[in-house]
Amino acid sequence: MAEPTVAVEKSDAVLDVRDLTVKFRTRRGAFTAVDGLTFQVQPGEVMGVVGESGSGKSVSMMSILGLIRDPNCSVTGQAFFSGQDLITLPEKDLRSLRGRRVAMIFQDPMTALTPVFTVGWHIVEQLQAHGRMPSRVAKQRAVELLDEVGIPDAARRVDDYPHQFSGGMRQRAVIAMALAHNPNLLIADEPTTALDVTTQAQILELLRRLQREHNSSIVLITHDMGVVSEIADRVLVMYAGRAAEVGPRREVFRNANHPYTWGLLGSVPRVGRTRLRRLPTIPGHPISPDAIPEGCAFADRCRHRFDRCDERPELAGTAGHLDACWLPRDDRQAVRRASVVAAAEEGDPGDALPAAVGGGFDIEPGHIEPDGTQL
Amino acid sequence: MIRFAARRLVAAALVLFAISVLVFLIFFATPGVDPAARIAGRNADPQTLAQVRHEFGLDRPLPIRYVLMMRHLIIDRDLTSYVNRGDKVVPQILQAIPITLSLVIGAAVIWMVVGIAMGVLAAGKRGTFIDPLIVLLGVIGVSIPVYWLGEVVNLITQSRLHNSIFSWVPPLGYVGLGQNPGQWALHLLFPWLTLAVLYAGIYARVLRSEMVVALNEDYVRTERAKGVSERRILWRHALRCSLIPIVSLFGLDFGALVGGAALLTEVVFGLPGIGKLTYDALQNVDLPVIMGCVLYAAFFVVLANALVDLVYVALDPRVRRG
Amino acid sequence: MTDGSRSSAGPWRTALGQLVRNKAAMAALFVLILITAACLLAPVYANDVAHVHPFASNVNGTTTIDGQKVQLLQSSTTGLGLGVTPIGPTWDVSNYFLGVDDQGRDVMARMLYGGRNSLLIGLTSAVLCCLLATILGLIAGYFGGVTDSIIARILDVVWAFPVYLLAISLSVVLLTSGLIIGPVHIGAGSLFLPIVIIGVIYVPYVARPIRGQVMALREREFLQASIGLGASDWRILRREVLPNVLPSVIVFLPLMTALNMITESALSFLSIGVQPPNASWGTIINDGLGLLYTRPAVTLAPGLAIALTAGAFNVLGDGVRDALDPRARLRGAG
Repeated sequence: MAEPTVAVEKSDAVLDVRDLTVKFRTRRGAFTAVDGLTFQVQPGEVMGVVGESGSGKSVSMMSILGLIRDPNCSVTGQAFFSGQDLITLPEKDLRSLRGRRVAMIFQDPMTALTPVFTVGWHIVEQLQAHGRMPSRVAKQRAVELLDEVGIPDAARRVDDYPHQFSGGMRQRAVIAMALAHNPNLLIADEPTTALDVTTQAQILELLRRLQREHNSSIVLITHDMGVVSEIADRVLVMYAGRAAEVGPRREVFRNANHPYTWGLLGSVPRVGRTRLRRLPTIPGHPISPDAIPEGCAFADRCRHRFDRCDERPELAGTAGHLDACWLPRDDRQAVRRASVVAAAEEGDPGDALPAAVGGGFDIEPGHIEPDGTQL
Repeated sequence: MIRFAARRLVAAALVLFAISVLVFLIFFATPGVDPAARIAGRNADPQTLAQVRHEFGLDRPLPIRYVLMMRHLIIDRDLTSYVNRGDKVVPQILQAIPITLSLVIGAAVIWMVVGIAMGVLAAGKRGTFIDPLIVLLGVIGVSIPVYWLGEVVNLITQSRLHNSIFSWVPPLGYVGLGQNPGQWALHLLFPWLTLAVLYAGIYARVLRSEMVVALNEDYVRTERAKGVSERRILWRHALRCSLIPIVSLFGLDFGALVGGAALLTEVVFGLPGIGKLTYDALQNVDLPVIMGCVLYAAFFVVLANALVDLVYVALDPRVRRG
Repeated sequence: MTDGSRSSAGPWRTALGQLVRNKAAMAALFVLILITAACLLAPVYANDVAHVHPFASNVNGTTTIDGQKVQLLQSSTTGLGLGVTPIGPTWDVSNYFLGVDDQGRDVMARMLYGGRNSLLIGLTSAVLCCLLATILGLIAGYFGGVTDSIIARILDVVWAFPVYLLAISLSVVLLTSGLIIGPVHIGAGSLFLPIVIIGVIYVPYVARPIRGQVMALREREFLQASIGLGASDWRILRREVLPNVLPSVIVFLPLMTALNMITESALSFLSIGVQPPNASWGTIINDGLGLLYTRPAVTLAPGLAIALTAGAFNVLGDGVRDALDPRARLRGAG
C-alpha cells in the first residue's frame, strides 16, 4: 500500500489513523473490510464519517478500539491516540482507555443496555469500571449525568430499567454513560439512525452541546448526509473500505470532488421542494467487500469511468480537501453539472438503490444544490 | 397482583383435578383393563372377582368411585392401600417425602454449581479446546442412562473397589438426617453424584447455548466499549441474562424430581422415597397409593411452575410491567 | 450492516453443506451407521459367526475354551455354593464374546438383536412424537381461540405429569391388556406398545415450542397477506406455515431419538418396556442385574451401547441444530 501523497506529520491530532487495513478470513477466502484508511481527528472537532452500509465505517472504528472479537479478523496499520498506537496496544491497556479516554456509542439504543439492569446501574458500572468510587457517590453522579443529557426527573428515572425508557431517552442514557469519564474522543456509530426524526434532531443537538461543553472530539459515523451537514466540522466519505473524499464540511458540500460524494449529495431529500419527485440514486449496488477491484472501487458505478480508473487513485488535493479520483481536478465541477443533466434525461435506473436515507434536513440550501439543474 | 395470583391458583387447581381424573381413567377406564382382576390375581374365578369388586367398591359407577377416593384421600386422609390392607396412604407418602427431598436437594446443589460453571466456562472459552471438551462432557452426561450409571457406581463402590478405595462407602439404604447427619450424607453421596451427572450435562448444554447467544448481543458490545472486563461481562451480564431460561428449567425439573421422577435413582440405590413408593404401587396396581403419589407429584410440579413464574418476574424486569 | 443473502443455494442446501462440514456430527453419523449395520447383521452373527440362539435358554450348554470343554453355567463358588454363575467374556468373537447371561444365552448376540429394538423404538417413537407434536402445534398455534385453549391445557396437564410416572402408568395398564384404538389392536407384548407410549409422553416437549413458533408466524406480514388474499387454511398451513416450522421439527428428531432410547431402556430396565421374548438394551441390563457383581459385562455392555448411541444422536442433533436453527431451545433429557 502506497503512502498517501500528502504526508502526515506526527501531529497534535486526537486520533491519527494511518493505513488502517482490516481483513476477515472466511471460508470463501479473505475479504478486506477496510483498505488502507488514513485520517486524523483534531482536538475539539466533529468528524463526520459517511458511506453506505458495508463501506467499512463502523468496522474501522471498532477495530481501532479492539472491539472486533472475530478470531478471523486481522487489523494492520497504525492508530495513534495520545501517542500510543492502539493497534499494537495490549488488550489490558486498551481496555483501560475504552470508556475512559475514548467512548463509543452504537446505533440501536434498544439493545445497547443489558435488559436486566437499571439505567443507573449501567452508569455506576461505567464510573466504577476505571478506578474506585463509592457506590453512593457514583449513584449521585449518575443522576447528575442523566440530568445533564436532559432526562427529566433524573433522580427517579435513574432506577428505571431500559425497557421503561423510550428510544431517544435510552440513547441519552447511553450518551450519559459515555460521558461519565469525560473522554477525549467520542465515537458515535449511527447514533440517530434508529430514532424518529424529531428525536434525531434532539440527540444531535445534545451531542453538539456536550461537545462544546466538554471540548471532546467526536467521530460521528452515519450514512445520512443530512446528519453530517447538521453537526460535522469535517467530513470523511468512505467507499468500499477506502476514503473517497475528506475535507472541511463546507468544502465537501459546496465543492464535492468525488463522483461518489456527488451521488450521496444528490440522493438527499430536501425540504421545500414543491413537487414530489423520485429521488435520484447512485446506479448499481454497493460493492461487495469480497470483490473489490484493483483500481478505483467506485469505477463500476461511476458515469465518468475512463482508462485510468483501472489504477487505484490516491487521496490528493489541496488545503485539507482531498479526494481519490482520476478525473482532472480543474474539470470536476463542469463534469458534475453535466452528469446531473444526463441523469435526469436517462430517467431512473431500474435496479438502483437509494444511497442514503435522508433525515429531512435541509442541507445549506442554495449552496450545495448543483447550479441551475432541474431534477 | 391479587387477581393474577387468584387466576394462577384456579389454574393450578384445575390442572391438579385434570391430572387426578387422567390417572383415574388410565387405571379404571382403559378399555380391557379390569382392576379387580389385578387385585384378585390371575386366573381368579368369577365368584372371587365379584366379591373383590364389591369389597373394593369397584361395582359402583365411575364418578362415585372417583369422588369417594378423593374424599378419603384429601378430606378424611384415611385412604388405605388395596394391596397391603390397613396401610394408610397419606402416612406412607409423608414418610417417603424427606428421603426424596434429601436426594433431590443435594443433587440439585451439585448440578447447579457444576452445570453453571461448565456452561459459563464453555461459553467464555469459545475458540479454545476447553469449549468442545465441556460440550463433549455434557453430551456424555445426558447420554448415560442414570439407572445404569447408578449400577456401575454400585459395582465399583460396593463390590470391585469396596475393599480398597471405597471401603468407607456404607451399604445401600437411607439414614435419616435427624438420626445421624454424617451417615445421612455418606449414604446419599453417590446417589447425589449419580443424579447430578445427568442434570449437570443438561444445564451445561442449555446454559452454554444461551450464553453464546447472549455474548453476541449488542449490550455486550456496549460493555466492551465501556472498558468492562471480559470476566465481568461473562458473569454479570451474559450469565445474568442466560439464567432466566435456566431458572424455569430448574423449577420444572426440581418439581418433577421431588414429585417422583427420581425413581430410577431411588430404585438403584435402595432409597425408599416417593419414586420408589410410586413405582411399587404402579407395579401392584395399588390404585389408592398411585392416586396419592400422583396427586402429590402433580402438586409439586404445579407448585414449582407457580414459583418459577414468581422468580421469573424477579429475574426479568421486562415482564414486571403487566 | 445488513447481511445480504449472498449464497444462491436454498436454505436446505446451505444447511446440509454446513452439516457435512461439521466433523463431530459426521463422526457421530458414522458411528450410528456402524451400530445400525451391526444390529441389522444380528442374524448373520448369531447363525454364521457365533452359532447361537439368542432367545432360547441354554442352561445345559457347553463350549470349548482353550481346548477344554466348559459348562456355560458353572456352579457358584461363592456364598453357599448354590446357583450358577455364567461364563464371562471370552473376547473371542466366534465363541461367546461377551459371555452368557443367567439362562445361558449369548450376550453379544442378544446385544445385536436388542440394539435393533432399541434403535427401532427410539427412532419410530421420535418420528411419532414429532408428527403428533407438529400436528397439535400447527392446529393450536394457527387456529387459536378455543381450539388452542383446549390443546394448550391438555399439553399443560401432560407436562405437569412427571414423564416417567406417566410412562409407567401407561405401561403397567397397557401391558396387561394391550391397547385397543378402534379397529387397531396392539397386543400386550408388542413392540408397538412402548413406541406409542414413549411417542406420546414427550409430545408436549415438542408441541409447545412449535405452537409458539406458529403463533409468532401468524403475526408476520407474509402470512397475514395470504390470509388477506383469501387462501384456504389448509393451503396456508401446508404452503406457508409448515415449511417455516419444519427446520425446528427436524432439529428435534435426533435429539428426541436419543431421549426416547434412554427412556425405552429405563422402562425395559423396570421390566415394563420391551417384553420377553423380545430383547432391548434395557432388558439386557435388567437381565444382568443379578449378575452385576460377578459378571458385570452383561450389564456394562448394553449400557455402554446405549450411551454411545444416544451420545451419537445428541452430537448429530447438535450439528443439525447448528446448521438449521441455531437458536432452537430444547430442554434435555428428563
